[in-house]
Amino acid sequence: MLDDLSNQFLPSTVGGLAAGAIFALLALGYTMVYGVLRLINFAHSEIFMIGTFASLFVLTTMGVTGPLTGFALIGMLLLMLVVSMAAAGGAAVLLEQVAYRPLRKKGASRLAALISAIGASLFLQEFFALVVIPAVFDKAGRNTTGVPRLVDRDVVFTIGNANVRTDHIIVIVAAIAMMVLLDQIVNRSRMGRGIRATAQDPEAAVLMGVNIDNVVRMTFLLGGAMAGVAGMLYVMEYEVTQYNEGFVLGIKAFTAAVLGGIGNIRGALLGGFALGLIENWGAIFLGSEWKDVIAFIVLVVVLMFRPTGILGESLQRARA
Amino acid sequence: MRGDDVTNNGNTAAKSGNPFKLAGSQLDRVRDWWAKAPGWQRWIVYIGLIVGALILPAPWIGAFMSPYSDWTTVLFFPIGIYILMAIGLNIVVGLAGLLDLGYVAFFAIGSYSLAYFGTQYGWNFWATLSIGIGVTAISGVILGAPTLRLRGDYLAIVTLGFHEIVRITANNTDEIGGARGITNIPHPPDMFGTEFLFDPAPYYYLILATIVLVIIFSRRLEISRVGRSWAAIREDEDAAELMGVPTFRFKLLAFAIGAMIGGLAGAVWASQANFIAPTSFPFILSATILVAVVLGGSGNLPGVMLGAFLIAWLPERFRGLAEYRILFFGAALVLLMALRPEGLLPSRRRRAELAEGTGGMGSMGAEVAGPTSDPDVEVSSK
Repeated sequence: MLDDLSNQFLPSTVGGLAAGAIFALLALGYTMVYGVLRLINFAHSEIFMIGTFASLFVLTTMGVTGPLTGFALIGMLLLMLVVSMAAAGGAAVLLEQVAYRPLRKKGASRLAALISAIGASLFLQEFFALVVIPAVFDKAGRNTTGVPRLVDRDVVFTIGNANVRTDHIIVIVAAIAMMVLLDQIVNRSRMGRGIRATAQDPEAAVLMGVNIDNVVRMTFLLGGAMAGVAGMLYVMEYEVTQYNEGFVLGIKAFTAAVLGGIGNIRGALLGGFALGLIENWGAIFLGSEWKDVIAFIVLVVVLMFRPTGILGESLQRARA
Repeated sequence: MRGDDVTNNGNTAAKSGNPFKLAGSQLDRVRDWWAKAPGWQRWIVYIGLIVGALILPAPWIGAFMSPYSDWTTVLFFPIGIYILMAIGLNIVVGLAGLLDLGYVAFFAIGSYSLAYFGTQYGWNFWATLSIGIGVTAISGVILGAPTLRLRGDYLAIVTLGFHEIVRITANNTDEIGGARGITNIPHPPDMFGTEFLFDPAPYYYLILATIVLVIIFSRRLEISRVGRSWAAIREDEDAAELMGVPTFRFKLLAFAIGAMIGGLAGAVWASQANFIAPTSFPFILSATILVAVVLGGSGNLPGVMLGAFLIAWLPERFRGLAEYRILFFGAALVLLMALRPEGLLPSRRRRAELAEGTGGMGSMGAEVAGPTSDPDVEVSSK
């Protein structure tokens, strides 16, 4: 057991950070929507799924079959990033328009909104399995779709016995860069101020001239775009996707959001990495087939002992 | 007093043109008649319903209801099992107002208990059934004890996580068959001279009897002190606590009873299915039962049963739709929540709660036109 630990600790840490980066990006969407609307956007995992397929679509249309290098690689990554962000962000805005806005206008209960979210989630999954995947990718809708390797698994440097590969670096750096960008948007821009104001007190925000509809739309757009980034990185790192790829990942990302303190953007970053690490370290002892169980037990334990998360719930606070 | 406003709802609804609401006012008339009906009239209805249920497997009914597959089989599963599960979930979601997204976890635990003790120890059906119910009740308490103090929507996610924990654990534990599952689950013993083997009819009558018992149980609970406490918790937990309702204990009770009924359904199902595996218990089944409850009108037993019946029967009747079933579910949920969040046959009380934006979880965050204000006055857009 201790041998396992010393042999696998550092490699698991690297793997955990890469997984955590994707959790964190996805957690941002949950955290922002929850902060503003007090709604668990259950269909956020499907927004992520749309992001993965958007990246796959870019790879197939550009005819990528093997690893790229140099500028071709950078160009391809940027193209995937832009297309995935646009597709996922657009889908999130549409989702809000169709599934949540009518309820919000009627002042419906949060239970109704959550059930509507579950409905939207099921609809999007099935829509991809039955319509989009067969039509666009010419594959059986319910099978796992492999993704061609884009980035060579070159070892850039080693820490102890852990190999840090190019793809790990891309995932972690891209995720952190995106989160810094988002943090700046929310903290510095006019729209960001609107988002924070709405999260704090919607009524007062309206009185101060904030257009709530725009704020909500913007929240979904930003969260969706981050899910798009997560989808693109996921496809690059794990090289698979399918119509329900987002389901378990979505629950884990929500766990990460709760872990860091829901509604708190920096908390989502911290929670994502923490969850990725806990899950991978736990897998050393229990085996990787128990990873998901570990994540959910972490969720229960966190909610029991510190329901406000590590950093506390605070999209509304000026600092967050 | 909230209850007084509730009765006026039908009259105001009838004035507007919405066909849903018109149907609702007709429904209220039926309900008023039922409320005033003397005992003998009620008994006629009860007996009529039971006779109807007894002759339901008749082939001439089956010819219309289920032209593609054996009607009696369909009546047992999915229809009977869904109805039983919906009644159980209704206690959790409809009566106590707790959103459980992992209800199938209890169904799975019930199935696995029956299958495991039946195959490993060869215990008889009644023993394994009781163990199944006991184990699910305990698992309900184990899940509920740490999580029921949480906010409503956190609870939803935790129950979802619990479902995944149960499914993955079943998948990874070789002692209970791992991914291969358990085969050759013993059938129930002979009862009243009928053999329980491959003929679906005895199973149908078994589930029918179970459903009748559970309905009586659930109804008695609903109109008891326990049921009133649940309603109080659902409407306003803080107020209930202040009035001296031990909210946590009653929520835990709702969870455990709901779990027991789920486990009962799972055990009965497993005794007929003969084979279970972790893949028999997908999340979509939880969602389906939740849809049944919400579609029918959560909190109202006839509504919930109607919802479960429709959800189970429609895909069987229209086989062409089978593949698109979940797609339609999803779209129907979104539409339903926008148009009629209280379901097809809501209880009056529940409808009033939803109209007030309470109903378990309170209203959404960035919604300025408050639930009690006039919806025609747009505040938020300007």
